[in-house]
Amino acid sequence: MKLPLSTFISGLLFGGGLTVSQMVKPSKVISFLDITGNWDPSLAFVMGGALVVTFIGYRLVLKGETPLFEDRFRLPTRKDIDAPLIAGAALFGIGWGLAGLCPGPALASVSFAGTNALIFTATMILTIMAYRLMRARS
Amino acid sequence: MENFTPISAALGGAMIGLSAVWLMASAGRIAGISGILGGALKAPKTDKLWRWTFLLGLGLGPLLVGLFKPSTLQVSFPTTGPLLIVAAVLVGIGTQLGNGCTSGHGVCGNARLSIRSLIATLTFMVTGVLTVFILRLAGGL
Repeated sequence: MKLPLSTFISGLLFGGGLTVSQMVKPSKVISFLDITGNWDPSLAFVMGGALVVTFIGYRLVLKGETPLFEDRFRLPTRKDIDAPLIAGAALFGIGWGLAGLCPGPALASVSFAGTNALIFTATMILTIMAYRLMRARS
Repeated sequence: MENFTPISAALGGAMIGLSAVWLMASAGRIAGISGILGGALKAPKTDKLWRWTFLLGLGLGPLLVGLFKPSTLQVSFPTTGPLLIVAAVLVGIGTQLGNGCTSGHGVCGNARLSIRSLIATLTFMVTGVLTVFILRLAGGL
């Protein structure tokens, strides 16, 4: 039970961080992307804070042989820039800009943000399930 | 820029970073939300529990913060209705096709100096900014 408990704590920290930084507020996210309007650069500081801690932390952690509760580190190995990467990121960005929500804040906000959060998250989950089902068949 | 909140933003960001570092230290996994979610919905049975407990924590974290500062849970949605659904479909397809989102590419990938993540981050930043720009032109904001 150590593994699921440790990932639960990681999830708590993540959801807490999204809330403290106000990334769970779609209006705040849209203000960050609205560089020609009433621009609010706060979210650059979210990304900056997260990057500094992760950059240093990963270097310390990955010096070890294995993680605490698993047999190995599972790191992405791909280095190629292909069309799906660009197309996927482009589509994601459009959806992010339209709603002011990305997957983390969407999932984190279902517990308190009302109907719109539920509609967005349910649609996102159904889309992912449909996408994975189609890809598994092809 | 009257809503600029750099201190709480950096503090929250550091918490997200700690979460990513702890997930790597304990489970050896990248803290990419779209990847964790995608796997939770369709992964081998043995690989699922850690994903669901992470997602449970993700949902409970905001409530914990809200206990101390209720205003953090007051959110508004500039986009509603059909456009919100279109956005959710794009986020769903885009993150699966591009193997990541703001967390997996934006935080974890860039912290590993991954070139794929850097390109993905620049791409979704540009299309996100353009989308909001067009929304503003169209009078949607």
